[in-house]
Amino acid sequence: MPVEFDVRQHVLVPKHEILSKEKAREILKRYKISPHQLPIIRSSDPVVKAIGAKPDDILRITRNSPTAGRAIMYRYVIEE
Amino acid sequence: MMRIPKLIDRVDFGLMSPDEIRKVSVTKVVTADTYDEDGYPIERGIMDSRLGVVDPGLRCRTCGARAGDCPGHFGHVELARPVVHVGYIDTIYNCLRAMCRKCGRILLPESKIEEYHKWIEEMREAGQKWWEMTNEIVKSASTTEKCPHCGEKRAPLKFEKPTAFTESRSRLTPSDVRERLERITDDDAVLLGINPKIAKPEWMILTALPVSPVTVRPSITLESGVRSEDDLTHKLVDIIRINQRLSENIEAGAPHLIVEDLWELLQYHVTTYFDNGVSGIPPARHRSGRVLRTLAQRLRGKEGRFRGNLSGKRVDFSARTVVSPDPNISINEIGVPEYIARILSIPVRATEHNIEELRNFIRRGPDIYPGANCMISPDGKRYDLRYADREELAKTVEQGFIVERHLMDGDVVLFNRQPSLHRMSIMAHEVKVLPGRTFRLNLSVCPPYNADFDGDEMNVHAPQREEAQAEARILMRVQEQIISPRFGGPIIGGIQDHITGAYLLTRKNTLLTREQSQQLLAAAGMFVDLPKPATKEKGVEYWTGKQIFSMLFPKGLNLTFEAKICENCARCTKEECEIDAYVVIQDGQLLHGVMDARSYKALDRCEVLDRIVKDYGTTAAREFLDRATKLSIAAAAMLGFTTSIDDEDIPPEAKERINEVLEDAQGKVNKLIKIYNAGELEPLPGRSLRETLEMRIMEVLAESRDRTGEIAEKYLGLNNHAVIMARIGARGSMLNLTQMAACVGQQSVRGERPSRGYRGRTLPHFKLGDLGAEARGFVSSSYKDGLTPLEFFFHAMGGREGLVDTAVRTAQSGYMQRRLINALQDLRVEYDGTVRDDRGAVVQFVYGEDGVDPAHSDNGKAVNVEKIIERVVGG
Repeated sequence: MPVEFDVRQHVLVPKHEILSKEKAREILKRYKISPHQLPIIRSSDPVVKAIGAKPDDILRITRNSPTAGRAIMYRYVIEE
Repeated sequence: MMRIPKLIDRVDFGLMSPDEIRKVSVTKVVTADTYDEDGYPIERGIMDSRLGVVDPGLRCRTCGARAGDCPGHFGHVELARPVVHVGYIDTIYNCLRAMCRKCGRILLPESKIEEYHKWIEEMREAGQKWWEMTNEIVKSASTTEKCPHCGEKRAPLKFEKPTAFTESRSRLTPSDVRERLERITDDDAVLLGINPKIAKPEWMILTALPVSPVTVRPSITLESGVRSEDDLTHKLVDIIRINQRLSENIEAGAPHLIVEDLWELLQYHVTTYFDNGVSGIPPARHRSGRVLRTLAQRLRGKEGRFRGNLSGKRVDFSARTVVSPDPNISINEIGVPEYIARILSIPVRATEHNIEELRNFIRRGPDIYPGANCMISPDGKRYDLRYADREELAKTVEQGFIVERHLMDGDVVLFNRQPSLHRMSIMAHEVKVLPGRTFRLNLSVCPPYNADFDGDEMNVHAPQREEAQAEARILMRVQEQIISPRFGGPIIGGIQDHITGAYLLTRKNTLLTREQSQQLLAAAGMFVDLPKPATKEKGVEYWTGKQIFSMLFPKGLNLTFEAKICENCARCTKEECEIDAYVVIQDGQLLHGVMDARSYKALDRCEVLDRIVKDYGTTAAREFLDRATKLSIAAAAMLGFTTSIDDEDIPPEAKERINEVLEDAQGKVNKLIKIYNAGELEPLPGRSLRETLEMRIMEVLAESRDRTGEIAEKYLGLNNHAVIMARIGARGSMLNLTQMAACVGQQSVRGERPSRGYRGRTLPHFKLGDLGAEARGFVSSSYKDGLTPLEFFFHAMGGREGLVDTAVRTAQSGYMQRRLINALQDLRVEYDGTVRDDRGAVVQFVYGEDGVDPAHSDNGKAVNVEKIIERVVGG
């Protein structure tokens, strides 16, 4: 596989984006949770590396859903 | 955020050191005696009052609490000689095998040891099961002949069940074993799967034995006043007696042989104290010959502490008996025998509104229904009404008293049938006290419980608090469970004759006189005016069955759908349908079509009932179902409906045609075999010649069976009652009927024609290598004509496979479901729509990603666009 392959280009990889600090705080407030109660994603995950997220970031993932058409979820980046 | 006062970081499981055993011990136990002449526990005996108390009145000398509050405290016995702990015998054997008898190091070269250490460290880091490396380490170490560290040669070590070791024919005593285990270094212990921080290897050999608190081995006082001790106490007596004799003999300098015998006896008693089921030694017995139930036996198995007491418990306020049907009670109700209603009770607090009624309950007492079993005064005192002067007690009752009255009509109870596979296996019913000895249930609730009446038993639980009763009534009542969350359709609905009756009533030519109409409506519990008659002939008014059935529908119900009997014609004539399969309901009037399985059968599409539940609510649906089932049964009885084996009669010309078809197929099969034998068969892609032949034969035979079925069907019209039931989906299928009337067809084992049994043939009645239809399980007879002995045998083969499959499937799916439930049981949907686990961590941000509850949606969709259009445009 060529080194410069970008996983984000793959059809099965949904859209990942890093939330700004304010946005992230808003999300945590909306669900009344601490970051550790979010689903986690490792910083070693290929997508996380590709978008350059760091541990303690929160990602917004927008994926296609068979039931809802489009579904949004959030994941908390943890170390390795 | 939730504040947690203390977080448990981890739990360690290790061994208890002898020092620790002594440290937790409240007393050294030295005598095997229990009680003195006055019945008081003997000091330093095995019932010492410092070990806890079980007799009422006495106080624990350790914690000062009375029986019931004192949790009990451990004591200990100083063993005169060490003994092996049976529970760790495998680990001990592994250690001895893998270590050098001289220097105590593991029998592996330093480099290997280093390597294993690194692996284990890595696995521990990754959170893997590092101790599972031990098997491999022991395996390679125990085959080393010479110690790589000191050069000592290995001596053959033998493990003799259950607790003994011999090395080059001389016996290793537990002391020898302990001394060896002591020599294992901490680093080496890790390789043997032992964490030396919490368990030193030598602690697997006991030098001090903990004596369990008396609270775990209470003595029972029989009615005659004789004390009967627990099995564990008996075992402890044995241990202490032998231990004492052993130490006396050692002190007196007795010969080696005697000491060794006693030592072995001590080992036996300690072993059986822990586990009385180890192989290799006879189990310890009571004087009467009964096998003792010691520590391991208390925990293990179905009735052990885990499965019997922790995972499942016995409860109060429950009843169990056989179930039987009662079509006259509502689906919400349950018929409870008076005998049971007199025993189950509900606590009621006296208020100014009910006090007179409660006084009457008390006067009637426990034996006269509706009475009461017990009374509790506000200061918490209980009065048993069996033995009291009830007239006197009734006078003392005031507001605030609680009376435990008998179960009465209208009370809510939970009703359950095992296996409780889904939430509809436990539903709340309203009590209806009836004579008899069985629980009665409405036939419509059979599907959710999967109940029938061939001897099924079911359980009832009576919730006691008002809150529990209200919760059961609101959330668990049968009418709230009509729609299954599994597929979003009704799981409670009409079954069998309910469907037949509705069809008979609503089909085209059913006309009823005024008397008949009112008779039917009365049976359904409807006492209303009849609508305008549909027709008038010779001065007699007639109503159609559709009119009568329509009276059950709520006002404004609009529906259009195809009934079960619809034959999917190429060009649908809609309202003009020949067989009345196009159902139109407008404003609660059934204008066209018939009611059948599509309309209100449980577990089917259930269009009508589904619509009523979702648009008119569960109460309307329950009323509809209660009435529709009663009306249908009455209609079937009035119009007449019966079936017998004669329904599968077909005329001789049909028989002839069927035989022709079968002979034709026979010929085709023989031709195929001939081609095959001549080697001229064209193989199908990816198949061998033989497989191709099998497939072609199966094809020909399946086709011939279908053709015989079609022939039979032509002679079985819609005026045949068996056919009616099959077509409308009430019971049975056309396949069932044609198998009875025409031809049963090919029997199969593992999806293929039967081929095994004898060499080259299935049964000795055939020639070797016969591949013909009848030699490989084709049944050309019909069930009605009867099977030939050979056909019968093949049929039994196929039937048996079916039985085995079901048995295996239930076991497998049961285990799968158990694991799923264990994994998912803590998840729930919160009020904000998120799915969270027990820590409040989010699993899904919106339930199912669309937040739709399948039980409250149409076909799992959030909105039913068609329905909205229909409503707006106006049907």
